Amino acid sequence: MSELDTIGFGLFIIVAAVGGAAVLTWFERRLLGVWQDRYGPNRLGPFGAFQVLADMLKLLNKHDWVPPFADRAVFVFAPTAIVVAMLLSFAVVPFGPDLYILDINIGLLFFLGMTSLAVYSVLLGGLASNNKYALLGGLRSAAQMVSYEVFMGLSLMGVVMLSGSFSLRDIVEAQRDLWFCVPQFIGLFTFMIAGIAESHRLPFDLPEAEHELTAGFHTEYGGMKFAMFMLGEYLGLLLICCMITTLFFGGWLGPWLPPILWFSLKVFALICFFVLLRAAIPRPRYDQLMALGWKVMLPLTLLNLVLTGAIALLLEGV
Amino acid sequence: MQQAHASSGNTTVDDLLARFGAPAFIAQPTPDHTATLWVSRDQVLDVLAHLKPRFPMLLDLFGIDERLREHKPAGAADFTVVYHLLNIAGREEIRLKVAVTDADCSVPSAVGIWPNANWYERETWDMYGIEFSGHPNLRRILLPPTWVGHALRKDHPARATEMEPFSLDQEKQDAEQEALLFKPEEWGMARATQDTEFMFLNLGPNHPSVHGVFRIALQLDGEVVVDAVPDIGYHHRGAEKMGERQTWHSFIPYTDRIDYLGGVMNNLAYVMAVETLAGIKVPDRAKVIRIMLAELFRISSHLVFYGTFAQDVGQMSPVFYMFADRERLFGIIEAITGGRMHPAWFRVGGVAQDLPRGWDRLVREFIDSMPARLDHYQVMAMDNSILKQRTVDIGSYTTQEALEWGITGPSLRATGMDFDLRRDRPYGGYDQFEFEVPLGHKGDSYDRAVVRVEEMRQSLRIIRQCLDNMPEGPYKSDHRLTTPPPKERTLQDIETLIHHFLNVSWGPVIPAGEASFPIEATKGINSYHLVSDGGTGSYRTRIRTPSFPALQQIPLISRGLMIPDLIAIIASIDFVMADVDR
Repeated sequence: MSELDTIGFGLFIIVAAVGGAAVLTWFERRLLGVWQDRYGPNRLGPFGAFQVLADMLKLLNKHDWVPPFADRAVFVFAPTAIVVAMLLSFAVVPFGPDLYILDINIGLLFFLGMTSLAVYSVLLGGLASNNKYALLGGLRSAAQMVSYEVFMGLSLMGVVMLSGSFSLRDIVEAQRDLWFCVPQFIGLFTFMIAGIAESHRLPFDLPEAEHELTAGFHTEYGGMKFAMFMLGEYLGLLLICCMITTLFFGGWLGPWLPPILWFSLKVFALICFFVLLRAAIPRPRYDQLMALGWKVMLPLTLLNLVLTGAIALLLEGV
Repeated sequence: MQQAHASSGNTTVDDLLARFGAPAFIAQPTPDHTATLWVSRDQVLDVLAHLKPRFPMLLDLFGIDERLREHKPAGAADFTVVYHLLNIAGREEIRLKVAVTDADCSVPSAVGIWPNANWYERETWDMYGIEFSGHPNLRRILLPPTWVGHALRKDHPARATEMEPFSLDQEKQDAEQEALLFKPEEWGMARATQDTEFMFLNLGPNHPSVHGVFRIALQLDGEVVVDAVPDIGYHHRGAEKMGERQTWHSFIPYTDRIDYLGGVMNNLAYVMAVETLAGIKVPDRAKVIRIMLAELFRISSHLVFYGTFAQDVGQMSPVFYMFADRERLFGIIEAITGGRMHPAWFRVGGVAQDLPRGWDRLVREFIDSMPARLDHYQVMAMDNSILKQRTVDIGSYTTQEALEWGITGPSLRATGMDFDLRRDRPYGGYDQFEFEVPLGHKGDSYDRAVVRVEEMRQSLRIIRQCLDNMPEGPYKSDHRLTTPPPKERTLQDIETLIHHFLNVSWGPVIPAGEASFPIEATKGINSYHLVSDGGTGSYRTRIRTPSFPALQQIPLISRGLMIPDLIAIIASIDFVMADVDR
């Protein structure tokens, strides 16, 4: 691809990702409706799909308000951080053999680094609001993200060992014979959990925890700034699904259909699975979540790392 | 109105007379045959302490303004404080009354004997201005701190039209704002210890998990609850005051709105108290219809509890299934009564109409389909390991503590206490039904839910028996004090016509006397203590609700836990703010 093409494709991906995240807000509500014996938003346009537009119009029309007691600069900056970090991460995702923006040899590390930056958004939003509920939400998110970040990176090292590369394209190519979800099922499991925690969705939505902290870190946010947080959350969901597809389910690989279609189908199936999780599972308590992270998930990841390393060495020896 | 004699036929009373001497008491006969004794202010604490081992529960404590009462019982002065005690093992009740004058309006506090007297005494002070000497924290509880006067006194206006038009000038607004300022010291909480500075979090009155307008001031160390002080009164609508203004009949719709999830269950406690006063016997068909409707509402209320319980620990879906079931239930209730949440359908002497044609098919379809759905919910919610992690061993109390704090109903049975008024002191025909009383054993949040879930199955069993054995006959008693009164002969003789006209326009005159009628409502013991002064309306309506004492106990069971635990506790208590504040 020429430089101009890359820029064009980059812009396309930004629009597609933001649009996808927006449609996801509607799609999730409809899907939850199906599972909960109710309709969900079904009035506007075919199957209620224009609900997204209505929501956007509403949010755009809201008073752009900053509470007088908040730390103004940080309060405004916080919601942008998550969106920027999430969008940047999409740069390294290979949507097809030739459909990507960047193919760098540290693609995986770039992704991990960017998602870590997103933590600042929640943390700063919680602190800058100068509200007790937001503060508790911010504190929870800091603790949660730090603990889940640790094994999120480690859970992917097995994949790196098997493929011998940090480049996401190489990782996909390495799955031609066997998707990594089979040899790396522990890695898949732990990465998935860490992924939900990173995008703080329902079983792990403690920073927000509607029933405990009213709205957690974004209690004081409204209008477009609130919409940015929501956008960031749904971009995060989309990103995690893209990454799981790339790292464990062979990315664009698949017979008969064009690669981009395979990629989209896999991402779609994963999104449905994540929505189902949200519908079904209650929220553990804050300290139980920490205990799960440090006492179960981390040892499990380390075990996976040791086993994968040992088997890789054995196979090489033969 | 007689001097108590040495042989009253009641062993408790005999024992009291032997211990304190007959002259210490004046017995008051009541239509509900509950032993009612007047005792002097100086002796009341001794008598209460003496009764405590036998009557472990202070069921209710309230005031009566006797100043305008024509049929004053012997022993009464300006105000009366009533202590209603319950002996669970012996299935008996006793009422003690203390008379005080307006000039010397003070009674010693019973907080040292029963901890739950605390809020009851605050309420009595709030409503009547009766001082309780020795009370640790005698502040307003239901009315705002800036309120002037004591609302249930007979000289306090009942309607806005009896008062000056309301206005809010700057000075008043400042005073109100000032009163709202949160000062931890006033709530009995320290701002810091030597090495920790506490954070105070105001949970409510508007918060997604407080089920209405309920406020708890939390003293936090990190996320750990050091102390929690509940603040109620945001839902107070003066239901007891309204009871003194409405006729006996026209108060029925107000009762629906006390425990607004319990629907006709509220009517039941009220109309049965009125029927006790009037001596009305209800025909069998009306009894069975009442039981069937009451149990349908028990299921409806428990479904709401079940769904919100799961929701409050973060499970998103169950509440939608349970509300869908509740909607089907409301379909049946609407077909029978015409109303949904607040049918106001029971009448003094029976029910408003006969059952409609085809009611049995609707009810049968529902009770046939429900057990399978409950099994489904069991797997979805109660067996979920995260839900168990969140609720097992959280917020537990012992049977002893529950009794001390006046906890009744499923929350009491969750501790293993085998007590259900429907079985142990059957009222309204419950003795004709077969059902079990589900019990828990740990008294924690999870067991409180388990008991309620199991109660739904038992209610289905009772409804099936109603369905299979619905007696024929009239749905209302043929008694002249029922509403609307019998009409058959009105167009044949003038006497009956006059009576009919008066009973319809003014309402029936219920004979003077006092009666209360405790029933096993959806959330615990609900009881209306009615005082008739021989008029067309109640002289005093006291509503004892199960939610009120349950909230008072929250600090005791939530100290040292985390905010999410507190939410789980609140979810497991199953209260309704209208039931607390009335």
